[in-house]
Amino acid sequence: MPTDRILDVSELWAGYGATPILQGVSMSVSRGEIVGVIGRNGVGKSTLMRCLIGLLQTWRGTITFMGQDVTQLEADARARAGFGYIPQGRDVFPQMSVEENLQVGELIGGPDGKKLPDLVYEYFPRLRERRRQVAGTMSGGEQQQLAIGRALIGNPSLMILDEPSEGVQPSIVQHICEALKSFRNELGTTIIFVEQNLDTILAIAQRCYIMEKGTITRSLAGDDVNEDNVRAQLLL
Amino acid sequence: MSAELFSLFYQFADVFAFLILSAAGLAIVFGMMGVINMAHGEFIMCGAYVTVGLVNLGVPLVIAQILAALTAGLIGVAVEFLIVRRFYKRPLDSLLATWGLSLIVTQSMLLIVGSAVRGIGTPEGSFAIGGYTFSSYRLVLFGCAVAVLAGLYIVFMKTRFGVIARATMQNAAMAKALGARTGRIYAISFGIGTGLAGLCGALYAPTMTLIPTMGATFVVESFVTVVIGGANVLLGTAPAAVFLAVIRMTLNASYGQIIGQIGMLFAVILIIRVLPEGLSSVLVRRGR
Repeated sequence: MPTDRILDVSELWAGYGATPILQGVSMSVSRGEIVGVIGRNGVGKSTLMRCLIGLLQTWRGTITFMGQDVTQLEADARARAGFGYIPQGRDVFPQMSVEENLQVGELIGGPDGKKLPDLVYEYFPRLRERRRQVAGTMSGGEQQQLAIGRALIGNPSLMILDEPSEGVQPSIVQHICEALKSFRNELGTTIIFVEQNLDTILAIAQRCYIMEKGTITRSLAGDDVNEDNVRAQLLL
Repeated sequence: MSAELFSLFYQFADVFAFLILSAAGLAIVFGMMGVINMAHGEFIMCGAYVTVGLVNLGVPLVIAQILAALTAGLIGVAVEFLIVRRFYKRPLDSLLATWGLSLIVTQSMLLIVGSAVRGIGTPEGSFAIGGYTFSSYRLVLFGCAVAVLAGLYIVFMKTRFGVIARATMQNAAMAKALGARTGRIYAISFGIGTGLAGLCGALYAPTMTLIPTMGATFVVESFVTVVIGGANVLLGTAPAAVFLAVIRMTLNASYGQIIGQIGMLFAVILIIRVLPEGLSSVLVRRGR
């Protein structure tokens, strides 16, 4: 197990209005790990991802990123510090071209960070073919590749993906899984993802956190990340 | 014959310039932030007063106009920071707040500066084609309107700032999550909008009497242009201005100014009835 921590979440509370969704989430991720957050619908997985990137305010608890307390930083400052967020539903900018969508992603990692436009097109040749196409007219799978490319282009230290396989055809899901693993192997990118799809989880996760009712109840590592254990945590 | 044609073009250009220059700033603020800036007319007034004030101090007209637009832009950035910023999620409140600002500014100007200021007169210069005489300055205004559209196209479609600003317009939360300083982008966009309003006032200052309520002269035209244009400046405001200018020019030529104004507003009602989201809703969909 690598011991170099990149992200530490401690006793995180957050929610919408007066309703708490996250009720004391604690987790930690080491540099270069691929970690899944799994659990049934409505336990707060997406809320946790929104909280990590900073789109949802934290009520209590702390988020430490590469040794720096980022709990009070807004989302844009976290992105410039190296968070690459790929939201559920992808949220590409629908009236802008593929190229322009990628340009926005170059803000990630700040102005001094390394930018990887060529690598994005290498991993996702489809995006090169369609670089002048308006993003809103592309298929779900293409938009997902664009959303991932848009984060990758800024060479983030930590990628946060919310259901990357949702609404994407299986052949493209497989391609995305391969790409995510190469980001880790070749760029050292740490990846946290939320997922419901068993095959995706088994294909990429080294460890899994299991979430129930707003807290992390268990974690799986090594050989325990297997079909039976994971299936038991998903509503199938 | 060509003289008549040119005369028609000249009248079209005159109305078109007026619509574009008075509406561009309002359209940017509405399109970017969804804020209806009721103080738009007062930024126009600001541009006009600064221009006239500077010219009376001996500053050359063109430089005074540029400085006036910059002044209105900077005041706009300050207003965004102090007032508008607090109301982004409350469109009706932002409307009330800017309306309040408009009332305060107009009345303060009446108290401080008084009701009338010595004007500076339209720059001389005219030319004749056939039997008609035309004012050169009106064509300068048309040139400025075209330049404003071209400038906006370059800034919003060809620059990095433009890409990030459009991303913010389409999905502010996502743009922020990718590292965009959305607060700063809003402040700059608001400043561009009020700066264009100031430019409008600056350009028309030599042609009209300066009174603190002069913004009202522009506000009706600018609002109808933005309303029928929709939220997109380039694909909405510009075609809306062409459309309204053609209608108004035709009616002006045949029936006079009053009928021209009535006919234009009537056309606006028809358009809103048929295309509630404005012309740009059709054009943007086509463009996909």
